[in-house]
Amino acid sequence: MSDLIDMKDVDAVCIGQRAADMVDDENGRVKKALYSDTEIFEEEQDLVFNKNWIFVGHESEVPEKGSFKTAWIGRHPVIMSRDRKMNIHVLQNRCRHRGATVCEGRKGKTNAFTCPYHGWGYGLDGSLRALPKPEEYDNVFNKEEMPLESLRWESYQGMVFATFNNDIEPLEEFLGGAKKWIDLFMKQGGGYPVKVLGEHRFNFPGNWKIQLENTTDAYHFPIVHKSFVTSLDDATADIFDFLDGEGFVEDLGNGHSVMVMIPQLVDLEADLEQPIPERFSELAQALRDEGKNEDEVKKLVRAAHGTGFNLNLFPNVSCSMAFFRVLRPVSVNETEIQHVALGGEGAPSAFNQKRMRLHEHFQGPMGFGTPDDGEAWERVQKGSMAGEDGWILVNRGMTKLRTSEDGNPQGAVCSETGMRGAYRKYKQVMSAAANAEEK
Amino acid sequence: MKSNTQLLAQVTEFIGYEADLLDHKGYQDWLSLWTEKGLYIVPTDLDETDYLNTVNLALDDADMRRMRVARLENGESVSANSVGYTVRMMSRIRVLEAGDDVVIARCAMTLNELRHGKLVTYPANVEYTLKPVDGGFKLDRKVVKLLHADGFLRTVSFIF
Repeated sequence: MSDLIDMKDVDAVCIGQRAADMVDDENGRVKKALYSDTEIFEEEQDLVFNKNWIFVGHESEVPEKGSFKTAWIGRHPVIMSRDRKMNIHVLQNRCRHRGATVCEGRKGKTNAFTCPYHGWGYGLDGSLRALPKPEEYDNVFNKEEMPLESLRWESYQGMVFATFNNDIEPLEEFLGGAKKWIDLFMKQGGGYPVKVLGEHRFNFPGNWKIQLENTTDAYHFPIVHKSFVTSLDDATADIFDFLDGEGFVEDLGNGHSVMVMIPQLVDLEADLEQPIPERFSELAQALRDEGKNEDEVKKLVRAAHGTGFNLNLFPNVSCSMAFFRVLRPVSVNETEIQHVALGGEGAPSAFNQKRMRLHEHFQGPMGFGTPDDGEAWERVQKGSMAGEDGWILVNRGMTKLRTSEDGNPQGAVCSETGMRGAYRKYKQVMSAAANAEEK
Repeated sequence: MKSNTQLLAQVTEFIGYEADLLDHKGYQDWLSLWTEKGLYIVPTDLDETDYLNTVNLALDDADMRRMRVARLENGESVSANSVGYTVRMMSRIRVLEAGDDVVIARCAMTLNELRHGKLVTYPANVEYTLKPVDGGFKLDRKVVKLLHADGFLRTVSFIF
């Protein structure tokens, strides 16, 4: 048998290589069929979403014993839970008996996960605790052999990533150059640990890579988000007028990249002596009224903005200014997005309220920004169907790269340096060479 | 205290008028329906009532309502320019509280949107807090509880 070639694996390697060949790294362009080829989409589920570290949630989303949230790794429904010893688990949401989900809803608290079909009951750690009429399984199997299937997970700064790939490098190695930026991002609790406050959910009829590209695309901002910028006061509008500023996009390796739009807001714990901007005077007063001293007020007010950068982590999450953007591929032309609002655990309510109001202003299906992004992405998917063949260009700024202080390729803020980094990683994970070895 | 039939007729007339303004994009007239402190709320969590301490799809005070309308009207938003028309049906109107200073009513809404040639439907419960003034009402709070509020929605470039 070992001499026979598994034709399914050969097909998969061929499809993956076809996708890899569609990325023309040298010229900074990708074939438009990457948005609409269903065979490639199916292969991406395995090579991108099963084989890499996938963000499933933040530790603050399961704060107590018995807390859980549901999530996805690609198309696999999973549960993130916190057991009685406060250990976190990432479990496949599939009863070992006949496959039903054992947990529904976005989040909650429970003592156990019970299958609704035949009543198999699992602990928060996934172990099978009890099932009705167990004697019929005598000499068939032992309960210990049938826990909910557990996934390897690791976390960095409270961000929990899980994977189906037990051979993958440690999470911190995978994050590499992105870690420094995650550390900076987590300063926006204003001295309090960052915590999830809630989320927006929306979908768009387009391929997931269209969203992946967008997170480090500053070029679209003044065009697509003109109506958002118009709605701001003049001082804030100036902050968002960053295309001619000192910002940059840096390729951090492994598909990750950072786009710094507002350099003065990279480190939220620096420049605390600056006066409080007029637009935050009401927040500052509310914080003083809650008994905060002037140093704390300044720190919280500065953190209220969020950071001046978007960090894109390949393949499914970004730390975008003040929130997590999480993407999930549903089909080749449908993608679901979560915009997860963040605040400070134990921070003054005026601070967290301000953060939520700022989130609602731009993000989510009714924000002043997201609907226009969604419209543009929908048009990309639709327009990319024109013609038998063609290219998507991500070559902006590719001849004007410099080397960053960390030794990475860096381009202008409105360059497409981040997108090229993501597609380089994509090419690598889809390539036959990478996958033939394993198969 | 007015008779319930008369009050119900007044409330129904108000809800119908507001719905008609929104479907026909009479946004400036819609802005004038509100009290200065009024809040327009579209929650993400239907069990939550502490809206200020929750992430909502929208929580608009007077400034945010004015900006939302400006965004829909000024021609700068590509998604607002793509919205065709909305048609909303308001029914099952019930007065929950009939005070001299405040009237609270609830109704069912089905809003249909034509978007890039496709119909999108939004069923919702809508709650109105109304302040009686000069024989009519001012809108003090409107809470739109979408049936699929916690699901993955299409983006919205109109007003519920």
